[in-house]
Amino acid sequence: MSRLQVVSGKGGTGKTTVAAALALALATEGKRTLLVEVEGRQGIAQLFETEALPYEERKIAVAPGGGEVYALAIDAERALLDYLQMFYKLGGAGRALKKLGAIDFATTIAPGVRDVLLTGKACEAVRRRERDGRPVYDHVVMDAPPTGRITRFLNVNDEVAGLARIGPIHNQAQAVMGVLKSPETAVHLVTLLEEMPVQETADGVAELRAAGLPVGRVVVNMVRPQVLDEAAVRAASGDHREAIARALVSAGVPGGGALVEPLLDEAAEHARRVELERAQRAVLDGVGLPVYELPYLGEGADIAGLYRLARELRRQGVGAA
Amino acid sequence: MTERIPGPEKAPDGAAGGLDAGPALEIDPILDDRGTRIIVCCGSGGVGKTTTAAALGVRAAERGRRVVVLTIDPARRLAQSMGIDALDNTPRRVDGVKGPDGGELHAMMLDMKRTFDEIVEAHAEPARARAILENPFYQSLSAGFAGTQEYMAMEKLGQLRARDEWDLIVVDTPPSRSALDFLDAPKRLGSFLDGKFIKLLMAPAKVGGRAGMKFLNVGMSMMTGTLGKLLGGQFLGDVQTFVAAMDTMFGGFRTRADATYRLLQAPGTAFLVVAAPERDALREAAYFVERLAAEGMPLAGLVLNRVHGSGAEGLSAERARAAAENLDEGRMVDQGAGKTGRSDVPAASSGPSRPATAADSPSARPASADTAASPAAPTAEATDERTTSDSDSENDHTSSATGASGVPRTSGTSGASGALDTSGTSGASPAPGADVTEADVARLTAGLLRLHAERMRVLAREQRTRDRFTALHPEVPVTEVAALPGDVHDLAGLRAVGERLSSPRDRS
Repeated sequence: MSRLQVVSGKGGTGKTTVAAALALALATEGKRTLLVEVEGRQGIAQLFETEALPYEERKIAVAPGGGEVYALAIDAERALLDYLQMFYKLGGAGRALKKLGAIDFATTIAPGVRDVLLTGKACEAVRRRERDGRPVYDHVVMDAPPTGRITRFLNVNDEVAGLARIGPIHNQAQAVMGVLKSPETAVHLVTLLEEMPVQETADGVAELRAAGLPVGRVVVNMVRPQVLDEAAVRAASGDHREAIARALVSAGVPGGGALVEPLLDEAAEHARRVELERAQRAVLDGVGLPVYELPYLGEGADIAGLYRLARELRRQGVGAA
Repeated sequence: MTERIPGPEKAPDGAAGGLDAGPALEIDPILDDRGTRIIVCCGSGGVGKTTTAAALGVRAAERGRRVVVLTIDPARRLAQSMGIDALDNTPRRVDGVKGPDGGELHAMMLDMKRTFDEIVEAHAEPARARAILENPFYQSLSAGFAGTQEYMAMEKLGQLRARDEWDLIVVDTPPSRSALDFLDAPKRLGSFLDGKFIKLLMAPAKVGGRAGMKFLNVGMSMMTGTLGKLLGGQFLGDVQTFVAAMDTMFGGFRTRADATYRLLQAPGTAFLVVAAPERDALREAAYFVERLAAEGMPLAGLVLNRVHGSGAEGLSAERARAAAENLDEGRMVDQGAGKTGRSDVPAASSGPSRPATAADSPSARPASADTAASPAAPTAEATDERTTSDSDSENDHTSSATGASGVPRTSGTSGASGALDTSGTSGASPAPGADVTEADVARLTAGLLRLHAERMRVLAREQRTRDRFTALHPEVPVTEVAALPGDVHDLAGLRAVGERLSSPRDRS
């Protein structure tokens, strides 16, 4: 598995949850992973039900088999100040810059700079080594911006190249692109079996490929159980109403007859959903990427749910050599 | 950057169901009130904001308003249905929508770069405008800066309002990373563009280029020096040229941003927070409600999309499941007694004893053609109690891995949704329309009951999340919109959503 796993997806598809489950799955059996978020939403803290994450790598979960998941909320402003400190020994001057709005300016307005700082920090964690030469983190999982912005976000080189043609930001962009475009990186797109997210996924994959970025997998999230199929519903809505009513009564359902219609309505709705999902799967087939499928967690993703998703990912091959 | 700490989540779960439902949000009076000039739909991504905005537009127009809908990033087919798939940044009349009193619908999709260009063109003389439009820094800023979209949406709203051609503007908000960025963006961009830092950057250009440099204070030279080193000198040069060219427009940015902000606070504006009945979406909605109150923005209420209902609410999940089990047992007894003489009932797999996970079933089998040829075959495995029991994390049945589901598959092989296990029955199944045996009916009925049990669990879950929200914000009026099975992409679909928005399902 690639060292840097980038997880994107349309808003509402659960990409933060998938990223967290992936970090847990990859940490299983004594590995160490780092889960990073880049959008200042504190989604990881909410998910793991902890305090807001500071700008510092912190252990947030233990994986089965003694693995560890660390988390980091990357803050562009802090990353830039660190960076200036590292290269220019700015000290107090950094604070002065901040007061004048220069740091804000560089991290917010100056296009691409923010993205270079965010991806740069993640790449730094990928490359970081212990004294003995082993990587500090076996894997880094990034909860990345949504599908609509992911290519632009990762393709910092192009963004910055036109603006900063020389200087450390330029060099940084070059180094970052070296990691992002290599097999060390895989970009996954999370989707639901609904029209808009699937379309956006197909578009996103095309964009990533066009930019030469390594596309990993499609993760179909919140897959619901299929209880009845269309054929069953067709049969049901035929002339069997009376027979069904009798069956309901014999099964001890009070007022069975009156329930036939509402139950058949529910079945028809179910069948339509199944049919729509089938159509969306066909679109995903056309994308030609390997797929992970994750079940729908009723109450939303809590910690138990995360571990369940992580086991599911392991079962589907995550972490296998 | 706005650091957001999630609000308190100490809703009394135990009180679920026992709470007052809270006031109902009535949509039609808002649409009919001529005093309502702006409706803003906000909410986190993927909750149906754009569809809600479009449906409100259609409904308002057909009730006699002259409406314009400003959408940000509509699904392709939704845009096509309104004839706004052409990106020209001006409102177009939507054919097929007409109301009394000259009611009309216009719609447009925001093109942020174009909007920015138009501002430049409108506020600078041609030579200067060209210089700005060609500046590389401007080009990146107008196309990509996170926040430009929010700012331009607000700018466009201000423009539409100023034209005074419509008596109602419905705005969809950008899918922001943090939900209310669109409220911050104007202030942020405004304060950058006419802030201290930009003024400092402009200083050399103003006092005459190189000659003026020596008058610069120490802070300034240190700063441009550092940023120059960091970004490359040419970058800063681009910025300075840009800033100098934009000079005359800066005051305007701030003024307009402030004006739009005040417009949003005015009584003619109604904010609708859109959410789905899921934990995360409603947590976000609660945050919106708090934030809007803090900003003094008039909140009309919460639109809760995709709420499930049932015509058989009297039949509880537990009862339905018990009845389904009765039918299973009855069938096995029948079989044992040889009453049906059929051997196609997969008793082993339909019995309630077989453990399975929700994940097994949908991924498991490619749907085969013979699925269609067999009558009813509800899969008991998919509805096994443990499958859907909330946050049950004990489902680790690798041994029950069906087919290829245990292995990462390529989407090329995943086939269709195919969970239905008909392999056991297809051989001996009667053709559709042929006589159906008692056993078939029993199996089908058991399937219907299990489906209903699942539906009732969804209902209960949605009610709990909703109650949690109501406990936090009992004052917020709510309307529930029944879930549609598919996506909306035509006017008829939008009308149906409008209908559902205005006559919320009764949930007693």
